Amino acid sequence: MTRLKNTLTKKDLLNIYFTAGYPNLNDTSRIIEELQASGADMIEIGIPFSDPLADGPVIQQSSKVALENGMTLNLLFEQLKDIRKHVTIPLVLMGYFNPVLQFGVEKFCAKCKEAGIDGVIIPDLPLDEYLERYQSIFEEYELSNILLVSPGTSAERLKKIDEASNSFLYFVSSNSTTGNKNGMQESKENYFHRIKGLNYPVLIGFGIKDRNTFEEACKYANGAIIGTSFINAISGEGLLKEKVNTFISSIKDQAQLTHNSIL
Amino acid sequence: MKTKRNYYVNEKGYFGNFGGAFVPELLYPNVDELNQNYLKIINEASFQKKFHDLLKDYVGRPSPLYYAKRLSKKYNTNIYLKREDLNHTGAHKINNTIGQILLAQRLGKKRIIAETGAGQHGVATATVCALMGIECVVYMGKVDMQRQLPNVERMRLLGATVVPALSGSQTLKDATNEAIRDWINNIDNTHYIIGSVVGPHPYPDMVMQFQSVISEEMRKQLLEKTGNEEPDYVIACVGGGSNAAGAFYHFLESERTKLVAVEAAGEGIHSGKSAATSVLGKIGVLHACKTLLMQTEDGQITEAHSISAGLDYPGIGPFHAHLHETRRAEFISVTDEEALGAALEVTKLEGIIPALESAHAFAALDKMKFKTTDVVALNLSGRGDKDLETYIKHLNAVKQH
Ligand SMILES: Cc1ncc(COP(=O)(O)O)c(C=O)c1O
Repeated sequence: MTRLKNTLTKKDLLNIYFTAGYPNLNDTSRIIEELQASGADMIEIGIPFSDPLADGPVIQQSSKVALENGMTLNLLFEQLKDIRKHVTIPLVLMGYFNPVLQFGVEKFCAKCKEAGIDGVIIPDLPLDEYLERYQSIFEEYELSNILLVSPGTSAERLKKIDEASNSFLYFVSSNSTTGNKNGMQESKENYFHRIKGLNYPVLIGFGIKDRNTFEEACKYANGAIIGTSFINAISGEGLLKEKVNTFISSIKDQAQLTHNSIL
Repeated sequence: MKTKRNYYVNEKGYFGNFGGAFVPELLYPNVDELNQNYLKIINEASFQKKFHDLLKDYVGRPSPLYYAKRLSKKYNTNIYLKREDLNHTGAHKINNTIGQILLAQRLGKKRIIAETGAGQHGVATATVCALMGIECVVYMGKVDMQRQLPNVERMRLLGATVVPALSGSQTLKDATNEAIRDWINNIDNTHYIIGSVVGPHPYPDMVMQFQSVISEEMRKQLLEKTGNEEPDYVIACVGGGSNAAGAFYHFLESERTKLVAVEAAGEGIHSGKSAATSVLGKIGVLHACKTLLMQTEDGQITEAHSISAGLDYPGIGPFHAHLHETRRAEFISVTDEEALGAALEVTKLEGIIPALESAHAFAALDKMKFKTTDVVALNLSGRGDKDLETYIKHLNAVKQH
């Protein structure tokens, strides 16, 4: 979690999501290493689920292929066993609640700690359930539970979410499943009004797909999360290394030039 | 004395260990809006009046309770059929859609979405949307669209857009995923009319309340016909569990009444092609609800199988999971073959062609022992028009043997 907190002091953070087990079962550590080498600041490793109901067609498809390839949570932890020998950037697991529940929440947290995972994002584990049943377990294993905030989240609820957080808030750019709409739905005024006085920094995700939307998001927040268009980028022909590199440099080089960030 | 149990939903949205609202934050505002308002609205006198007027004049309620003489003779007992098949649109589903469309109107929603398996809930939703002049989009698994084609045509005729769900097994589970995704993308103007006692709280409780009119009427009708409001058995099929929840509701606290939930065993409980969740399921979270689900060890939801599209779901609602855990209801499973056999038999004995879903409830009669004095109330959840093709195929196959 310290790793995560240190990184979050910076701006223009590029956080990349990919689905573990896609395109090939054993690509996980290679993708992570290539992402770090290409300049990604953080990584979200997706745990595939049979019924990813907050995801659009691209991540649905990558999840389906990953499961057909034989991906499981057990195997993922196996693949991540030695990841901290080479990788220093923050790593976060993202997945739906049921596989975690079947694995055992406490065992899951223990395995995350063992592997050097800094946080988790579980979109269908709502705030109240988390606070009532799981917060103490997550904290015991120093695993940050990163909570989502949507354009429809009320001011009062946002405050509660902020209080339950301990690293960053994941703002969803628009009322949308992943990869469906573009850029920010809220006006800047409204958005800045909402985040004023929060304890934790914000990263923006769901509608971010290219240099433009990334730069725009960075004007609002400490950085942004790209998933769908990265999955698309590694789906085509070519060497994984090159595909990762080309994609990251199409976003990050440009972004670093934009230092008109308001933050 | 038995200890009195609580079968109802608690303030956190749970039936015992099951239920809750595992919604992504994107849906929280909508689900919370429903949760804050549903009881208040449902209990308003003006809502109740509109609801009951429509049930009476539009749906044709109360649905009759019919003494099935020849069937009773066969089982040497007293079988009463609750005729939900005689409702407008041919099944119990419309009790819920009438309730939810009135609620959606009160909440100012301009667009309705729904999932459907057999197409009965889709038709019932398209019907109330036509009635109220509201836009309607129905998600239906591609496989189900093929096996329930007449219902697809009916929905289209009623002005609904039917969108095929192409993911997974292309059945009810996948249609539900697509409907939830639609809702996430259209939260401002859309109400999602869920068709069974599944999904996030308050849906299971809300749908059960709308369906509870079934057992409310049954009590009065039984009193009239048997001199006792309470039967010895209430039998109903369970997909998600809405017709069973409605048929059980007003008997939950009865000491006399045994509740029997009938699940689809598909090609056999352990054939790998089954929907017998109470046997094969484990607690988990799907469609924003913690309940019994068929799943792998790794927590991936497995595909259900039943010849009946309406029972082809890898879970049961949290209310039924609770009845199962507390043993308030007995669960029986019935194979495709047994359901087909029962459907053809009821057709011949009583002149009633039941829906394939309801045929499962009839097939359970064969697996039970009754006394001659028993009063057995069976919820005939729907009619079989939509299943004629399947029945004719089966009949021809039987003849060739
Ligand atoms: C006639 C009929 N009965 C039963 C069902 C199963 O649903 P539930 O278990 O919610 O009653 C369906 C679903 O389509 C149906 O059409």
